[in-house]
Amino acid sequence: MDRVVIVGASMGGLRAAEQLRAAGYEGELIAIGDEPHMPYNRPPLSKEVLAAEVTHAAVAFRLRDSVADVTWRLGTPVAAADLDAGELTLADGSTLACDGLVVATGLRPRRLPLPGGEDRRHVVRTLDDAARLRPCLTPGARVVVVGAGFVGCEVAATARTLGAEVTVVAPETEPMLRPLGPELGAALRARHEARGVTFHLGATVRAFTDTGVTLSSGADLAADVVVEAVGSTPRTEWLEGNGLDLSDGVLCDGTLRVEGRPNVVAVGDVARFPNPRYDDVPRRVEHWSIPTDTAKRAARTLLGEDGGPFLPLPSFWSDQYDLRLQSFGAPALGEDVRVLEGDLETEAVVGHHRDGRLVGVVMLGMARRMAHYRGRLLDDVPALT
Amino acid sequence: MKVIVDMDRCQDHGQCVFSAPEVFRLDDAGHLVYEADPDESLRDAVEEAADVCPLQAITVG
Repeated sequence: MDRVVIVGASMGGLRAAEQLRAAGYEGELIAIGDEPHMPYNRPPLSKEVLAAEVTHAAVAFRLRDSVADVTWRLGTPVAAADLDAGELTLADGSTLACDGLVVATGLRPRRLPLPGGEDRRHVVRTLDDAARLRPCLTPGARVVVVGAGFVGCEVAATARTLGAEVTVVAPETEPMLRPLGPELGAALRARHEARGVTFHLGATVRAFTDTGVTLSSGADLAADVVVEAVGSTPRTEWLEGNGLDLSDGVLCDGTLRVEGRPNVVAVGDVARFPNPRYDDVPRRVEHWSIPTDTAKRAARTLLGEDGGPFLPLPSFWSDQYDLRLQSFGAPALGEDVRVLEGDLETEAVVGHHRDGRLVGVVMLGMARRMAHYRGRLLDDVPALT
Repeated sequence: MKVIVDMDRCQDHGQCVFSAPEVFRLDDAGHLVYEADPDESLRDAVEEAADVCPLQAITVG
């Protein structure tokens, strides 16, 4: 293999380049990104960076010496791929041949399929998104956040801390319901409400008006700023026409190899792969730990190494006000959710169980118990057949 | 090997401790303390610690 092209120049792409070098690959490496920026760390965009000054320097990933010779083609999305021919077509019409391909195109934010309000509508996915939103979050600004997942809750907390009047609109019964469960979700909502955030739950936005939004209930909310935090969509359009399963990201086997394509692997949150730690169902995982874990494995798969079962332990965190949530495992897979330690008013560990087995924990504070629960989940590897 | 943690960035997430417990630990107050000049044999572990730092505050020289 003489030339590996990495499509996607964010965390997953960077980690793939590092890991290919770490695994001994000495050939040419080209990374293609649609953003004009070198790889940077996204989580601070909804937190520290949004609360301060938005600069690339504040979030840029350091580049190891091992990737100093990677060619970065930035600001140039890939338009199409012909995997049989091993050829990529870029948006500027140029073509690029490759022997090996790493799919690292990640996600794009979903938008509300409604017209109007363009001048006040925002998303928070890229550095440029954060730079556009930041000056709008002024004291007294009326901010409506649509969506109560990670990004929605973090932006709500940051905007409120900056003095904005914040309202969260979401269809679920509690914020971050899926990863946290109903009790911890309610506790999180109470923390937001105590700071003055208003929630409209069980609600959606029906229309944009000249002054804000109209909810499904018919209520009108005035808004200077509307942040659409309604999830993300995998960026796989450029892979169409190759017979791949792109129904939700790109389908991979348990080693991150794209199904039926020996020279193509996928990394990060665009990759749908089974994790035998839980079951044989391929899933995409949008947590921050995943680009690093998948890149490590995918690089070795691309180079033909057999590394045994791939059993990453997902992990996420979220900072809102002075509150820290830290999770290990796959809490969203749990059906039986209960407090294992502490209480939700102060600090707690919430366990998510499936068929009696602890599959994930979410910790509210409780940092001193992190090693215990992480170790317990890490060591619980089912017998593999 | 030289390890530098940007303590203005560090928020005591403690993820580095899991990757390289010989080099990083949280003290009783939950704040990060680390060995700035660890043995070269720990390089892989320290590199991994730098990778998993949520704030990307660790530099390995």
